[in-house]
Amino acid sequence: MRVNGVTEKVDLSPQVSLLDALRGELGLTGTKKGCDQGACGACTVLVDGERINSCLALAVQYDDRDITTVEGLADGGEAHPLQRAFIRNDGLQCGYCTSGQLCSAVGMLSEHAAGAPSAVTEHLCDTDVVLSDDEIRERMSGNLCRCGAYNGIVASIREVAAP
Amino acid sequence: MKTFAYLSAPDVPSAVRAISTEPGAKFLGGGTNLVDLMREGVEAPDTVIDITRLPLTGIEELPDGGVRIGALVRNSHLAANQLIRSRYPVLSQALLTGASAQLRNMATVGGNLLQRTRCLYFYDGAAACNKREPGSGCDAIGGFNRGNAILGASESCIATHPSDMAVALVALDAVVEVESVRGTRRIPLVDFHQLPGTTPQVETALAADELITAVELPPLPLAATSRYRKVRDRASYAFALVSVAAALEVEGGVVTGVRIALGGVATKPWRAHEAERVLLGAPATDESFQRAAEAELAPAVARSQNEFKIELSRRAIVATLRRLLTEGGAA
Repeated sequence: MRVNGVTEKVDLSPQVSLLDALRGELGLTGTKKGCDQGACGACTVLVDGERINSCLALAVQYDDRDITTVEGLADGGEAHPLQRAFIRNDGLQCGYCTSGQLCSAVGMLSEHAAGAPSAVTEHLCDTDVVLSDDEIRERMSGNLCRCGAYNGIVASIREVAAP
Repeated sequence: MKTFAYLSAPDVPSAVRAISTEPGAKFLGGGTNLVDLMREGVEAPDTVIDITRLPLTGIEELPDGGVRIGALVRNSHLAANQLIRSRYPVLSQALLTGASAQLRNMATVGGNLLQRTRCLYFYDGAAACNKREPGSGCDAIGGFNRGNAILGASESCIATHPSDMAVALVALDAVVEVESVRGTRRIPLVDFHQLPGTTPQVETALAADELITAVELPPLPLAATSRYRKVRDRASYAFALVSVAAALEVEGGVVTGVRIALGGVATKPWRAHEAERVLLGAPATDESFQRAAEAELAPAVARSQNEFKIELSRRAIVATLRRLLTEGGAA
């Protein structure tokens, strides 16, 4: 598996999820297990730059892909701009959903930069949609936060999207 | 999760060969539904044939102006495709209202068509469910059935088909291409999903050894003026209570072309033939829209908790057509 730029050999049963492989085999416990059924987004990681729910992925399906977890977001000792924004804006309380929120936001911003629309985009063919709070909330709806830190999360993403 | 043998198919011929020799095998695409059902014990294949490496990821314009979509195109990629956004906006919108961005990045077009119902009793191994265990009964009929079907149901099963994408596709006259060791065949999507009748475990026209390889959209100029309206319990990331896919063409105040399909209310993606019949040639007015909706919903059967869906469907149909008339499509 190639995770955060490092290739490691792991021996897994086919039923092991990508989430369990990351946490149990590779010791990368930043990625969290919330619902384990694709409903909460806590397990979000990036695969070739695209966000997915690692709980519904079998690890064997991803042995030839580039996986990025929250541990891989920082640039050396420098936290990712989104990580710094989350701290500044109180984008978290307990922190359990945060790694999923961060990976999801990174994926979301690159989808947006590529011109992807969302369900609240007024004109579907627009490729330069302004990331309003409504757009951010819709595009981030796959990540639940039971503490209700949504206002801080939206503010953090807004700040990084349009500095 | 029950243990299973895993193999990854490099191409279509080896995928269909593998499933023809492994009776207990299942194809695995994005996994968003199958992995979950395997974890719950509802699905327990002996062998999983991973098809995500098959070269079925293209979206191509056809010489006749239609579009061919590979079965492994991700839901997110299809929604963002400019050809789809401009010519078939209802499909793009339907996809974007389905699931979450993470799930749409995993889910495939073929897998979306084959996803199973989210009826609570189908998931609950302790409950009676004719779909999960034929002959065991249906606990939804006398139970928590707020989300269940009002159209196309039977006394065996009232489970809804959960897809948004398929609702748009069935409105657009899509055709499913399938492959097996016996060759290739094409199934109009409107005939692909089956009504439950007395055999709710049989959900599609697909044979156990067939692989969906593509979905084709015919050229359909009126689809440029189309929209998807989804009504649900929360603003995002929820299954439909009611959804409407519609395309409308009006000339001189008269409806000259119309496509309507409903989601969240029926046992399969529901093409509203009756509503279309009423509308074609009728004046494009609220009154016609009302009549069309009422005609479609006349055979609706409510259960103990879902009677609201009849009125909600009627209003959603009328509102969607009215918006198409006054504002045009979503493109």
